[in-house]
Amino acid sequence: MVGVKDLKWTPIPIELAKKPDYFISGHRMCAGCAAPVIVKLALKALPNPENVVIVNATGCLEVASTIYPYTSWKRPWIHNAFENAAATASGIEAAFKALKAKAVWKDDLPIVLVFGGDGGTYDIGLQSLSGAVERGHKFVYILYDNEAYMNTGIQRCSSTPQFAQTTTTPAGVVIPGKLEWKKPIGFIIAAHGNAYVATANPYFWIDFVKKVRVAAEYNGPAFIHAISICPRGWYHSSKITMTVSRLATETCLHPLWEFDPENKEYRITDKSLEIARNPEKKVPVEEYLKLQGRFSHLFTPTRRDDIISEIQRKVDRDWEYLLKLAGMK
Amino acid sequence: MVEEQVEMLLNGDFAVAWAWKHVEPDVVAAFPITPQTLIVEKFAEFVANGEVRTQFINVESEHSAISAMVGAAAAGARTATATAANGLQLMHEILYIVSSMRLPVMMAVANRAVSGPINIHCDHTDAMGQRDAGWIMLFTEDAQEAYDTTIQAFKISENPDVLLPTMVCLDGFLVSHTAMNLKVFGNPKIVKDFVGEVRPVARIKLMGEEVELSLNPRNKIPLTFGPFCYYDYYFEFKRQQIEAMKAVPEIVERVNKEYYELSGRLYGNGRLVPWNVDDADIVAVVMGSAAGTLRWVARKYRERGTKIGILKVRMFRPFPWEEVQKLLENKEVVAVFDRAQDAGAMVGPLSLEVLSALYYSKNRPKNTVTYIFGLGGRDLTPELAEKTFEELIRIKEGKEKPFIKKYIGVRE
Ligand SMILES: Cc1ncc(C[n+]2csc(CCOP(=O)(O)OP(=O)(O)O)c2C)c(N)n1
Ligand code: SF4
Ligand SMILES: [Mg+2]
Repeated sequence: MVGVKDLKWTPIPIELAKKPDYFISGHRMCAGCAAPVIVKLALKALPNPENVVIVNATGCLEVASTIYPYTSWKRPWIHNAFENAAATASGIEAAFKALKAKAVWKDDLPIVLVFGGDGGTYDIGLQSLSGAVERGHKFVYILYDNEAYMNTGIQRCSSTPQFAQTTTTPAGVVIPGKLEWKKPIGFIIAAHGNAYVATANPYFWIDFVKKVRVAAEYNGPAFIHAISICPRGWYHSSKITMTVSRLATETCLHPLWEFDPENKEYRITDKSLEIARNPEKKVPVEEYLKLQGRFSHLFTPTRRDDIISEIQRKVDRDWEYLLKLAGMK
Repeated sequence: MVEEQVEMLLNGDFAVAWAWKHVEPDVVAAFPITPQTLIVEKFAEFVANGEVRTQFINVESEHSAISAMVGAAAAGARTATATAANGLQLMHEILYIVSSMRLPVMMAVANRAVSGPINIHCDHTDAMGQRDAGWIMLFTEDAQEAYDTTIQAFKISENPDVLLPTMVCLDGFLVSHTAMNLKVFGNPKIVKDFVGEVRPVARIKLMGEEVELSLNPRNKIPLTFGPFCYYDYYFEFKRQQIEAMKAVPEIVERVNKEYYELSGRLYGNGRLVPWNVDDADIVAVVMGSAAGTLRWVARKYRERGTKIGILKVRMFRPFPWEEVQKLLENKEVVAVFDRAQDAGAMVGPLSLEVLSALYYSKNRPKNTVTYIFGLGGRDLTPELAEKTFEELIRIKEGKEKPFIKKYIGVRE
């Protein structure tokens, strides 16, 4: 089995806290940004964080952490371009395999760890990612999904939730923000059939670090879709990042699950498993929407019950679908 | 000492594949496009039969091919890829990243016209679209030169004073698919010793430590490749790249000479291959397989006492402008044969380089003209070459007015 249940590792908070940070302070990401939390946790979750090579797609994380001549990365790190992080990772993985075959590299093969934003993953980088997954390279791809192109100023992505405002899908009198439902990236990658795929949320951090560990130990491509709260682009106070993050999962907008490619099994995990077993714990989406300025046009000047209930209906529908996939319905 | 070689019947693509086989790069990533396909197909055979230990990545696009090269080369591997035309255009964005990261990637380009309309045959427009990407660019004339130059390219690029990628161009079909008897080293070890068994990864001083210029996790100080660079440092990065380019001409010459000692084959000084240029009144400047055609036709004129010379440009980037200036001093007529599109430009890209060089010459040729030829694989026949030579002779004799450029072999 490939999954968190089978993992022979229990993350102990104090031990993780004591591990050295390989992503260090001084970077220029916004206060309250969840992306650095995701990066730090992921690095701490690796079995051997000394032996890692990191790839970063163009985006907020890359730009704000490597403003020359400074860098926040204390492990080898490379940024190539926006749409090619997975192809870059293929090259690195192949290189170490070749160097190992020639006995130039004598240690274990390093983990190739990729961080890509949603733009670099769902949209412009999808081909490169699909190709690398299909070829079966061993790499761990962590998508930090802040649901828009933040680095260039909060533009629409296929990851942007329906009815959210972005600078290219502004809420006007005719069009109420983005019109399309969010693309199910996790299912798309899982459909390749050979990858360990999981969703994650840094608020539910034990579930997250376990999944990173499973991914690192899996002998093939692994993809982790982490929701990444962006106070700047979602228009909310930087103080409530973790509240918003928690609600993303509690409302079932971003449920926690994993896909085991060997047994072809979807499994619901952690908080989402609790909700699956106790449906009354599912929080109405409105609780999540109302905290964020990107959805403010659903509440003022007039309340759009029609839209809010449409979102709720689709979230319920998708949740039911996931329960079915996981054999819980 | 010239080493033992074996004769083989190979076309240009297979010649590149054989050169790769002898070099045995660590990582090859490529995507098929005519007329490059035979390179990767042949090399895939070598991989499948265990004749090389190369990691061969069948990527899903050229963009990913060159992107994988970036990752692999930054990891310290010896890398090679090949493409043409639309594939090269698709790589365009990443080519600049390769050179700016100072990654010694080897790339073969089987030159092909660029869409549209879509075409699969030779011209140099694909490579010319990349001429400012910071790559070393070498043009070859036949399959033998493609084999030799491919091997040389690794040694040039990986030189610690250079650390720039090299593009080895071979004319689509005219070279890529045209078989000739050529010589390859009988013992691949000769090639391995020439380029080095493994890639020599440069070492740099950083904050008091010596580190490998790579993503090596064992580095005392881990390196950050491809950072974000504002106006406060970007220009210095570019300036250093330009400085690295300056080291190239001499290293190309040295590698050409060292290779000659092993193979017995010499390509001019590595940069330019002049044929009867010194005493010539009329000189044709050209790149790629057309050099052979022009030489063949010029030979007949020489026999009749007409002093025509042919200057083959082998190294287009960095452009050896000072030498070109010198070689063309005081000539009666210089004709640049340009196999690339020039829409909206004064002349074609090769000609622009030559004219710029000549502008600063104290002894400029009396006449300089440009012929645009061979787009989309249109043949430069000996008859057509002869017609142009006749025209150049008339210009020399004052019987015809010189011009800036003409398109030859095309329906007007
Ligand atoms: C080929 C290309 N097109 C466009 C851009 C401009 N660009 C840079 S980052 C970015 C958006 C990044 O969005 P995402 O991947 O979601 O990361 P985020 O900044 O949101 O973390 C864009 C559009 C680029 N660098 N390269
Ligand atoms: S814009 Fe959003 S994703 Fe980017 S640094 Fe700020 S909070 Fe983080
Ligand atoms: Mg984003």
